[in-house]
Amino acid sequence: MTTATKSLALLGAVTAAVTAHGVTEAQAQAQEKCYGISLAGENDCAAGPGTTCAGSSTVDYQGNAWKFVAAGTCVTMEKDGGRMGSLEPLDRDLPA
Amino acid sequence: MPLDPAAPRRGITTQMPEGQTMLDATAPRTLPAAAGIGYKSQHFAGLMAAPGPVGWLEIHAENYMAAGGRSIAQLRALADHFPISAHGVGLSIGGEGPLDTDHLARLRHLCDWLQPARFSEHLAWSTHDTGFLNDLLPLPYTAATLARVCTHIEQVQEALGRRMLLENPATYLAFAESQMAEVDFLSEISRRTGCGLLLDVNNVFVSATNQGWDARAYIDAFPLHAVGEIHLGGHDTDADDQGRPLLIDSHGRAVVDPVWALYAHTIARGGPRPTLIEWDNDVPPLTELQAEAARATAILTPVEDTP
Amino acid sequence: MTGQSAFATALLDPARPTPEGLQNPFGGAVGKRFDVYRNNVAVSLTAALETGFPTVCKLVGDDFFKALAGVYLRANPPSDPRLALYGTTFPGFLARFEPARPYGYLPDVARLDLGLRQSYHAADAAPFDTTGLDPAAVLLLKPRLAPATLILSSHHPVFAIWRFNHEAGAPKPDPAPQDVLIARKGYDPAPHLLPPGGLVLARALKGRLTLAEAMTRTLAAHPTADIAALVTLLFTSGALTNDA
Repeated sequence: MTTATKSLALLGAVTAAVTAHGVTEAQAQAQEKCYGISLAGENDCAAGPGTTCAGSSTVDYQGNAWKFVAAGTCVTMEKDGGRMGSLEPLDRDLPA
Repeated sequence: MPLDPAAPRRGITTQMPEGQTMLDATAPRTLPAAAGIGYKSQHFAGLMAAPGPVGWLEIHAENYMAAGGRSIAQLRALADHFPISAHGVGLSIGGEGPLDTDHLARLRHLCDWLQPARFSEHLAWSTHDTGFLNDLLPLPYTAATLARVCTHIEQVQEALGRRMLLENPATYLAFAESQMAEVDFLSEISRRTGCGLLLDVNNVFVSATNQGWDARAYIDAFPLHAVGEIHLGGHDTDADDQGRPLLIDSHGRAVVDPVWALYAHTIARGGPRPTLIEWDNDVPPLTELQAEAARATAILTPVEDTP
Repeated sequence: MTGQSAFATALLDPARPTPEGLQNPFGGAVGKRFDVYRNNVAVSLTAALETGFPTVCKLVGDDFFKALAGVYLRANPPSDPRLALYGTTFPGFLARFEPARPYGYLPDVARLDLGLRQSYHAADAAPFDTTGLDPAAVLLLKPRLAPATLILSSHHPVFAIWRFNHEAGAPKPDPAPQDVLIARKGYDPAPHLLPPGGLVLARALKGRLTLAEAMTRTLAAHPTADIAALVTLLFTSGALTNDA
C-alpha cells in the first residue's frame, strides 16, 4: 500500500467510526438498566438468614459439593462432530 | 462532564429519569421526625416517582466509596430530593486495635460531598488482624472497653467534624467479664463523648429475648433525650442448644407486632424521632416498605380525635 | 478475658471450640449462639462472592460455588470494609485450588466478572466527542482510554463463555483464545470481543499517540486487521474519553 492509500484507508475507517458513534450516542441515565443486576456485593448491617449452618460446618473435600459440577450452567463445547463436552479443560485444544 | 463526588452538589447536572426535573432547593440537612427507609438501588425509580410516606433515606456508607459509577450518581440525585442519613457498617468502633484511618478518611470524603443529615455507626467490632469479617461482633462492657470506645468515637467526631450517633447492637451471647449493663454503657459513652444514640428497637427486643432482659425496662432506662434516630427491622427465630428462643437480627422480614408495641412505648415516652425501616435481605417491593413506613408514621403522628 | 484475636480465629475455623469467657445468659452451652456469628460471616461473604462472580457461579453451580467460597473466604477474608472490592485474589485462588483445576478457563472467567465490577465502580469520564469534527481532524486527536475501560487477554474463549451464560440463544463457545474489551457507556459496563489488532490499538492510545499513529501501528502489527471495525468498536462502546 502506498502512503496515500494508507491515509485514505485510515480516513475511511474513521469516517465509518464517527458515523456509527453519532447514531449510538446514549444518555447516561441514573436509573439502573436492568433490575436485579447488581455487579458487586453490598455492605449491609445484617448478614441474612441465621437459621442455616454455613458458618459452623467444616469444609469436606470429599463431600458432595464438589460433585455437583454438572448441575451448573456448564460451558458445553461442541467438538469432534457434535460430541458434547461438559466443563472440560480447554488447554489441550489450544496451540502451545 | 465528569461527575466528581467531591464537587459541590449545586450546579451538577445529574441525568434524571425521564420526566423528572432537578429540584433547585438543596434538601434540608436535618432528618425530619418522620419515617424513612433503607435505600436499595432497585427502588430508585419508584422513590423518585412517588415516595409516599418515605420522608428520608438511609444509605450504608461503605457502598458509596467508589470513584464513580451509577451508585454515586443515584445517591447524588436522591440527595436532592430526600434528607440522607449515612450509616456506617465497617468502622469497627469496638475494635481492640486502632481505627482504620484510611477508612475514616473515606467517611470524611463521603460526609464532605454528601453532607448527610446524620452519620451513625455501631457499638460493635468487625475488623481484626485477620481482616474485615463483615459482621457486627459483640464486645464485653467493662471500664477498659468503655474507655476504648470513647476514644474511638472522639476520633471519629474529630475526623468528621460532626457529632455521630452510636447504635445499640443485637447480641446473641454474654461475656463473663462484663461489668456494666448495656444501657449504662451506652449512656456513659454518650455522656463522655457527647455523641448521640441510635436506638434500634428491634435490636432491643432481640437482645432482651436472647439475654433475658426486660425490653421495656431497657427502653425506660435508655437516655431517650440523646436519641437522634430510631431503627425498626425484622428478625428470624431460632433456638439455642437448650431449645430456648434465639432471635437473629436478619433484616429479612416485616417488623413484628411486639416490636411495634415497644416502638409505640418508646415514642410515647421520648417523643417522635426520625424512624427507619430496615430491610436488607429478601428485599420486598417498594410498596411493602412504604406500608411499613406508613405504620411508623401512624405511631409518630397519631390522628387526634375531633370532638 | 475474651480477646478479639481468639474470637476472630474461632469465627473463621468451625473446628475450633467456642472461645473461653463467652456465656449463655441462661446457663448451658454457648455453641449455637456463637455459631450465629460464624454463620453471619460465612453467609454474608459467600453472598458477596456470588454477586461479584455471577459467571463463575453459573458455570460451576450453586453447591460447588458455595463450597469454593467457604474455603476462599476463610483463607482470604476481606482486607477492607468495602465489600464492592472483595475478591480481587479470587481468580488466582481458582487457578491454584485443586477441585477447580480441571476447568482451566475459570480464573479468566473470574477476571472478566471482576473487571465488569471494577468498570461499574470506576470514575466517570466524558465520552469521546467528535461532534462537528471532520474525519481528518479526528485522526489527529489523542483519545484516551476511559477509567472504566479494561482489557482482558485470555488463552480461553472467555467472551464466548460469558455470552453463553448471560444471553439467551448465544452460540456455544469453541476453544480459542480471546481478548475482551470491557467498556462502560453511561453507567452500564459491557464486555465486547476485541478482534485481532485491538490490543495494539488500545495500548497505542494509552501511550498517548494520535488516532492516526495508533491505527498505523495496529496495521503494521496486524496487516489484515479490520481497522474500521476496531475503531468503530472503540468509538461506540464508550471505551474512549477526550484528551485531558
